[in-house]
Amino acid sequence: MSFNELLPLAVLASSLLPGLLIFTLPESWVGLRTALNLSGALVKLALVMLLIVGVQAGESYGVQFAVLPGLDLAFKADALGLLFIALSAVLWLFTTLYAIGYLEGAPRRSRFFGFFSLCVTATMGIAMAANLFTFFVFYELLTLATFPLVVHRGTVAAMRGGMTYLVYTLIGGAVLLTGIIWLHHLLGHTDFAHAGIAAALGPAYDGQLQIIFLLLMIGVGVKAAIVPLHGWLPQAMVAPAPVSALLHAVAVVKAGAFGIVRIVYEVYGIEFAQSLDLLLPLAIFASVTIVWGSFRALFQDDLKKRLAFSTVSQVSYIVLGVALFGPVGTVGGLVHLVHQGIMKITLFFCAGNYAETLGIHKVSEMNGAGRRMPLTSIAFTIGALGMMGAPLTAGAVSKAWLTDGATAAGMDWAIWVLWTSSLLNAAYFLPILWRTWFKPVPKAWPAEHVAARGWRETAWLLLLPPMITAAMTLAAGMFSNNQMSPLSWAKLIAEREYLHETIIRTP
Amino acid sequence: MMVWLILLPLLWASFAFLLGRGRGVWLAMAGLLAQLWLAYTLAEEVVASGVAMHAVGGWGAPLGIDLVADGLSAAMLLLTQCIALPLAVYARAYFKRDDPAGTYFWPLVGFLLAGLNALFLSADLFNIYVTLELLGLAAVGLVAAGGGAQQITAALRYLFATLVGSGAYLLGVALIYGAYGTVSITTLTPLITAEAPDLVWIAGGLMMAGLMLKTALFPFHFWLPPAHGGAPAPVSALLSAVVVKASFYLILRLWIGPFSSLTVAASLVVWLPALLGTLAIFWGSYQAIRAERLKMLIAYSTVAQLGYLFLIFPLLASAGALQAGIMQAFAHGLAKAAMFMAAGALIKATGQDMVAGLAGVAERMPVTLFAFGLAGITLMGLPPSAGFLAKWQLIELALSQQHWIIAFVVLVGGLLAAVYVFRVLRQAFLLAPASSVMTPVPRMLEWTAFVMAAASILLGLRGVELMQLVGVT
Repeated sequence: MSFNELLPLAVLASSLLPGLLIFTLPESWVGLRTALNLSGALVKLALVMLLIVGVQAGESYGVQFAVLPGLDLAFKADALGLLFIALSAVLWLFTTLYAIGYLEGAPRRSRFFGFFSLCVTATMGIAMAANLFTFFVFYELLTLATFPLVVHRGTVAAMRGGMTYLVYTLIGGAVLLTGIIWLHHLLGHTDFAHAGIAAALGPAYDGQLQIIFLLLMIGVGVKAAIVPLHGWLPQAMVAPAPVSALLHAVAVVKAGAFGIVRIVYEVYGIEFAQSLDLLLPLAIFASVTIVWGSFRALFQDDLKKRLAFSTVSQVSYIVLGVALFGPVGTVGGLVHLVHQGIMKITLFFCAGNYAETLGIHKVSEMNGAGRRMPLTSIAFTIGALGMMGAPLTAGAVSKAWLTDGATAAGMDWAIWVLWTSSLLNAAYFLPILWRTWFKPVPKAWPAEHVAARGWRETAWLLLLPPMITAAMTLAAGMFSNNQMSPLSWAKLIAEREYLHETIIRTP
Repeated sequence: MMVWLILLPLLWASFAFLLGRGRGVWLAMAGLLAQLWLAYTLAEEVVASGVAMHAVGGWGAPLGIDLVADGLSAAMLLLTQCIALPLAVYARAYFKRDDPAGTYFWPLVGFLLAGLNALFLSADLFNIYVTLELLGLAAVGLVAAGGGAQQITAALRYLFATLVGSGAYLLGVALIYGAYGTVSITTLTPLITAEAPDLVWIAGGLMMAGLMLKTALFPFHFWLPPAHGGAPAPVSALLSAVVVKASFYLILRLWIGPFSSLTVAASLVVWLPALLGTLAIFWGSYQAIRAERLKMLIAYSTVAQLGYLFLIFPLLASAGALQAGIMQAFAHGLAKAAMFMAAGALIKATGQDMVAGLAGVAERMPVTLFAFGLAGITLMGLPPSAGFLAKWQLIELALSQQHWIIAFVVLVGGLLAAVYVFRVLRQAFLLAPASSVMTPVPRMLEWTAFVMAAASILLGLRGVELMQLVGVT
């Protein structure tokens, strides 16, 4: 087996093996467990760097195994997959650090970190899947690996959230499977390819392909939390903060969004999808989701719930970008896949910090939190401003490309959707910032667990990750033209997806 | 080689019986290991050089007895031995030295395996009858061995079902023999044509009905849940995982063999097993969702999972249907054995068998719960697992023949399975009430269940060889 075949497998193994080992560790072996976690995350990061350098140089990485005659478990690490892989690998490291701090002294940590690693493995598998069969295998594995994390606390409320999550995802999975097998039956394979594979069938199959598209979109739309399939996401908020962070920024919703990207670009092909009139309905659903999610977020007093509805809205920016026919919209959607990840994970880290340090769970309890926890609050502010699309943040870059993409696609109404959402974002984030920074500090916090020690407002493992991801939010906004920025990478992908010569200009 | 697959279990069973009370375990282990090796070599030989045949004592049919192993039989033999060996390791840890339920466990299991292996290798209808009786009586003995009033009742009901089943089968064989003067499957296959007299149709119907009763296909499933749910865990595992598959194997063998002309002639007939299978999936799942006792839940799940096996009958026109059926048989066999084994460990540890009493086992017995969960994944047909491959094949076959309804049943069945599997997992993940006490169980119980469950998952990553084996006819 050559190096280019081994590398994708090594990326999978770097989280799978530590995860399996961690399951077997006794609860008290904190040191070894931490070492396994971190070494896995660092090794993965190094491997991903190798992949990035290789793919930029035009190398291709892939490997496949026959599962049944005519059915392959196939992996490839291409530019699009790497966008998601790199995001997951980086955020996995920070979430692991955060989780180690968050769960210090808590019970059932071996189980937690074991499933956590499995979750990341599933994400990697989704990113590197080279056909829909492989995609589905890891997509369902993700469902199974996240369930124990969602119900980790073992309370009745956690169970209720977990069951809702399962009902949505398992039914979605069954619908997705139907679509995949149908397509496999028509085509004889489901390998992803630039410009798609479905067009080869000929016009007689257009009707069937439209139905299959609907099935596939329902299947991945559940995880991407597209309205009306988003009901599980706010319920899953019962999970511990690192899990919510992972679910919202990297693993679950992104798996859905990424699935939409793959299906539109590499199964149907963007131009064929356009010719089947599939993109407009997708754009409409995405728009409804964007506005509805933001709207619902306005009325949530529970901080994590407000963030959850914000996720519902923001993930559909990606879907909207995909549905805007034209390379500019594509760039906007793809880059938001990364940008939304780093911004939302910052917000969830911060929400966890408020809860763990001061016992703050509600927006109404956040008065004066900025004085007591300035660093966390700065990070939160950056994340929130990014979500609104404020200048100098990653969110601004996404939004600029998305609005330009809408113009280029001749769908000017989408610009209004984006602006409405930005306004709503401001309407539900600015009051939080106002409370945090400008309201007086209350006499007592709801439940102060950690006392401040000098500048260290809380445990440093809780503080460091949000600060770094907040810094990344700014960096992605300010240095978007750097060669290693998510934006440059998204442009590279868009160039490869649109076969004909395209000049992608900067808005 | 084939003869030894039958003789070995007979030998160690007899020794175990003569040594008395729970003895002869190590002999059985050695025998099982050898059997596994034999079955594996046989499978390799079948793949390499086609159907294997052996005339016992040098006397071939029609005077003597022929043993024949094609891909289908070799696969079933392999499955049986693969399940039997870990199960024996489990049973050794499960039965305490003075447990009355374990007294005749080893001899009975030996006779049961001899019956099974002989059944898979037999090439004539009458020998099959003999093996069916051996199998049925040994199985009833195993169920009754617990000795409780409930178990005896269940065993009697089982005995009744199995006797009626083999009686009907024997009657059919007699009619066939009267019509054609032979019971050899290979000789009969070209003789029975679509223009066969009504008597042959009746014979076929009797044999099929008898075998369906033994397979516990809905609505003949009434005997299964009490028998499988009431027996000691290792027995339940063996019965659910392989014994019911034996009569399914026979139905399949007769369906595609001697009766193939009949089933082709009456094209609607193929829908009868599929219809019953569908009802089995829905009814079994419904009962499993409602069951309050863990082992009853698993037993009803068997009723449901057997239904999938019968969905392949309308699809047999395509080459892959047989493969799909065997994949499902493997998936269910491995997973159900694992699940009963895990349940046995859970029941021993918590001292009760209600689903509601499982709170906290995720924390205290992670390995067992993992085994249960992995087995559950296979039963739900989620990837990566053998159950998923079976479902994939079934759905794809159904779509390619435009039988949408079958694809729909398979998908809905998977979701229903998720409901009862997650009912257990949900309970297990809850925090234990402070008052609960758990007795530690031997580690061997937990790990053998885990190995079995892991096997059902791993087969989902590599099914090529098995499919190749089944393809040898």
